[in-house]
Amino acid sequence: MRGHHDMGGEPAGPVERTEHDYAPWEKRVDAMLVLLGAPERQLMRTDELRRNIEALGPDAYERMSYYERWIASIAATLLQRGVFTADELGRKLAEVEARGA
Amino acid sequence: MNAPPQDALPAQFRPGDRVRVRRAHPPGHLRTPSYIRGQAGAVERLCGAFPNPEELAYNRSGLPRQPLYRVRFRQAELWPHYAGPAADTIEIEIYQHWLEPDEATR
Repeated sequence: MRGHHDMGGEPAGPVERTEHDYAPWEKRVDAMLVLLGAPERQLMRTDELRRNIEALGPDAYERMSYYERWIASIAATLLQRGVFTADELGRKLAEVEARGA
Repeated sequence: MNAPPQDALPAQFRPGDRVRVRRAHPPGHLRTPSYIRGQAGAVERLCGAFPNPEELAYNRSGLPRQPLYRVRFRQAELWPHYAGPAADTIEIEIYQHWLEPDEATR
């Protein structure tokens, strides 16, 4: 009934209040959502980001970091919207991986 | 205050009205936390009217705009073993389609 993300009121540990720096890739993910949602593109909404983060499932939700959830959700949304195909995304990922090899 | 936009639903509740959150569990992207569903509180203010985020999540227009309220609940009524002061409250912003008049406590 209750989605895994809907954890208000559930037992939890102490709140971590310290600030931390963001890695460059995390800043790029943040910027990517801003660019995708810009009025001239309207390829994605914040509400779609939230919906597809909720759809990750409990295991992935717990395992992934904050911006890992974001990039997984952005990829899922753009696949659903038909902005690119799974094959196109897969080939591009392989190309980027080969760059670092 | 500006007149409500033409594409907004009329506000059904006013500050001070007793309301109850619908005890519903539909699938989809929901903006009402599960712990508050079925609970009764009082409207603290009308925040405005906004495209329904539960529809924006599926790339729909979210129109007409849904009135959004800040609703005040008593903590002691929400949690079975609440240890804080009895007067403690929590305020949650809830869209109108999740609210019903609370006849029982009117």
